[in-house]
Amino acid sequence: MQCPKCRGNMRTFDRNGVHIEQCDNCRGIFLDYGELETLTRMESQWAQQHYAPPPPAHGGPAWGGHHGGGHYGHRRNSWVGMLFSS
Amino acid sequence: MIEELARLARRDGPVTVLKQGRVLVVRAGDVVVKAHPPDTDEHALRARLEAAGNLPGVMLAPLGLERLDGRLVTIWPAGEALTIADVDAGTTPWEEGGRLLALLHARPAPPGLPPAGGPSRLPRAMADLRAAGVPDAVAAPVLAAYATLPPARDGGTLTHGDWHLGQIVRHDGAWLLIDPDDLGGGDPAWDLARPAAWYAAGLLDPRDWERLLTAYLAAGGTAVSADDPWRELDAPARALTVQLAATAVATAARAGDPPDDAAMALVSACGRIVAAAKAET
Repeated sequence: MQCPKCRGNMRTFDRNGVHIEQCDNCRGIFLDYGELETLTRMESQWAQQHYAPPPPAHGGPAWGGHHGGGHYGHRRNSWVGMLFSS
Repeated sequence: MIEELARLARRDGPVTVLKQGRVLVVRAGDVVVKAHPPDTDEHALRARLEAAGNLPGVMLAPLGLERLDGRLVTIWPAGEALTIADVDAGTTPWEEGGRLLALLHARPAPPGLPPAGGPSRLPRAMADLRAAGVPDAVAAPVLAAYATLPPARDGGTLTHGDWHLGQIVRHDGAWLLIDPDDLGGGDPAWDLARPAAWYAAGLLDPRDWERLLTAYLAAGGTAVSADDPWRELDAPARALTVQLAATAVATAARAGDPPDDAAMALVSACGRIVAAAKAET
């Protein structure tokens, strides 16, 4: 395959299951359909594994509970009323 | 009583009942009229109303005090309250709450003002718990945690005494604290202790808690230290956790319902308080 930019020769590589073509001349890269999405997905998976959410800036008590995220997000329980009552 | 309260407002316009329980709160036109509980200490209420009237930009000032059928009635400008829709939409002004509490805590407590009402709510909640017929298995961790609590610290700082999201309104474009019924001298960390307890129980999103606390500290709030806010928060937040758990399970028991997941999150936090207290001794 020929580079669409400089007409140089393009060589095929497989990187972690992503199929890329790179130009020997200008080093430009060509992605097949869907491969940009594949890369984005892999990047976000990597980021999730490597960047845990930062600990709260102001700490918490020794007896603090787990913030599971969304367990109490259902507004139909007493939690939302608690926000507004004595 | 509702019609008589509305008449005290001396306003035309639709009449809405905002709250009906120990207090009766009615909106008529652009004012809100509140009938206080029959056992309200008039001297204390007058001192609190006067203090609220001298906190421009921090607390909504009352329009008047009247008497109706032996009950004290206060009259207020109607503000725009927060609703569950604000919470659902993520537009809760946590920063404003933090800022207003910091401003309040920076003001001197006027002489003659009674103690803030926060700590006295805990024994009332425990009495509710004992009277409500809560199943032993549910009540036990709450009672055990209550037994581990240290006595509340005294303090002379001007403290709201009952802060939650129902206690800020927007009036003339500015957010203000409302309800001076528990206003007084006290340990100001109690004003942050309720959201701190929600956070420690895993109920309040950590990001919302950080928004409140960061804004409080940024506005010069002095109730907690910036490097380790839990040094001052820990004891009052334990007390509020016990109080909120007792109230939540008692409310469920009175309604004939099992405690829901929010109530059980607070009961679990009581269990952890007991474990932490054991580890500390």
